[in-house]
Amino acid sequence: MSEDGQVSSHWFDDDAGPVVRPYAMTRGRTTSTAQHRLDLIAVVVTEPAAGDPETDPTLSPEHVDIVGLCRGTPQSVAELAAELDLPIGVVRVLVGDLVHAELVHVTRPVPPAELPDESILRDVINGLRAL
Amino acid sequence: MALGRPEHGNFPVEPVTLKILVAGGFGVGKTTLVGAISEIRPLRTEERLTEAGRPVDDTSGVEAKDTTTVAMDFGRITLRDDLVLYLFGTPGQQRFWFMWDELSEGALGAVVLADTRRLEDCFAAVDYFERRAIPFLVAVNCFDGAARYPSESVRRALDLDAGVPVVLCDARDRDSARDVLIGLIQHAMRYTAEHRQPVGG
Repeated sequence: MSEDGQVSSHWFDDDAGPVVRPYAMTRGRTTSTAQHRLDLIAVVVTEPAAGDPETDPTLSPEHVDIVGLCRGTPQSVAELAAELDLPIGVVRVLVGDLVHAELVHVTRPVPPAELPDESILRDVINGLRAL
Repeated sequence: MALGRPEHGNFPVEPVTLKILVAGGFGVGKTTLVGAISEIRPLRTEERLTEAGRPVDDTSGVEAKDTTTVAMDFGRITLRDDLVLYLFGTPGQQRFWFMWDELSEGALGAVVLADTRRLEDCFAAVDYFERRAIPFLVAVNCFDGAARYPSESVRRALDLDAGVPVVLCDARDRDSARDVLIGLIQHAMRYTAEHRQPVGG
């Protein structure tokens, strides 16, 4: 737009997309090894034994972010994707790495057909009524 | 599974999570409905598509694009420490239906939002949930200025099974959105009870 050399510092605005391509964070992997595809509402929980992940040289900053976010409050895969502004596929791979490294574990959602009884659904209705 | 009372101690509570889909045509108020009832501003998560491995993504006409972004809005309702309900607004375009497959897996049920001025926009969603035997209800979003029709007319126009509830709602209104969700879960409970076939019976 401008001939002005000053604009060089504005090359990378949001419209240009991320500077790092999303799947570069996963080193090109689009699926996680030995992992059932994580549901969007699968909950990621940081292992209490997970120490300071920042000292682990094998982890990317995004890995470290996930461990940190899920430490106090377990987070769903969808929430992590929104929070970190990453595609869900990338979050799945990163979470898979962390499961493998035993820094987090994942609680899979119970499919409605496998709910032990209807009491959970009644709890949901009562909870909604109380809103 | 962390059912019952949260345990004491330093371990965070691992909630039971459930999901409900909100489907319907473009501009029918899906994001509005999610936003009306969610405790968080609807979050937007994106799935980046590449041409590889996405045979269902018909890119004819947009060949110049090598990636497409599908945005999904979702909201959260924490009912208890150990019980969280998520709402997902499904992407409207038909070519993103493979996302629906993923979203609908394990879903409690679906709300199909309808606008009486463009009822045909929700045909695809109704058809989708019928085929997959996912319990759903139709919520007619009463837009200002749109003619009101009795729910029976809507039911006939959509050729719905008698058991599928049709309710009127205002997607902007929290109480109205809440009633829609309660109606859906009640329907899902009935539906599951009716469709639970004895194995080998």
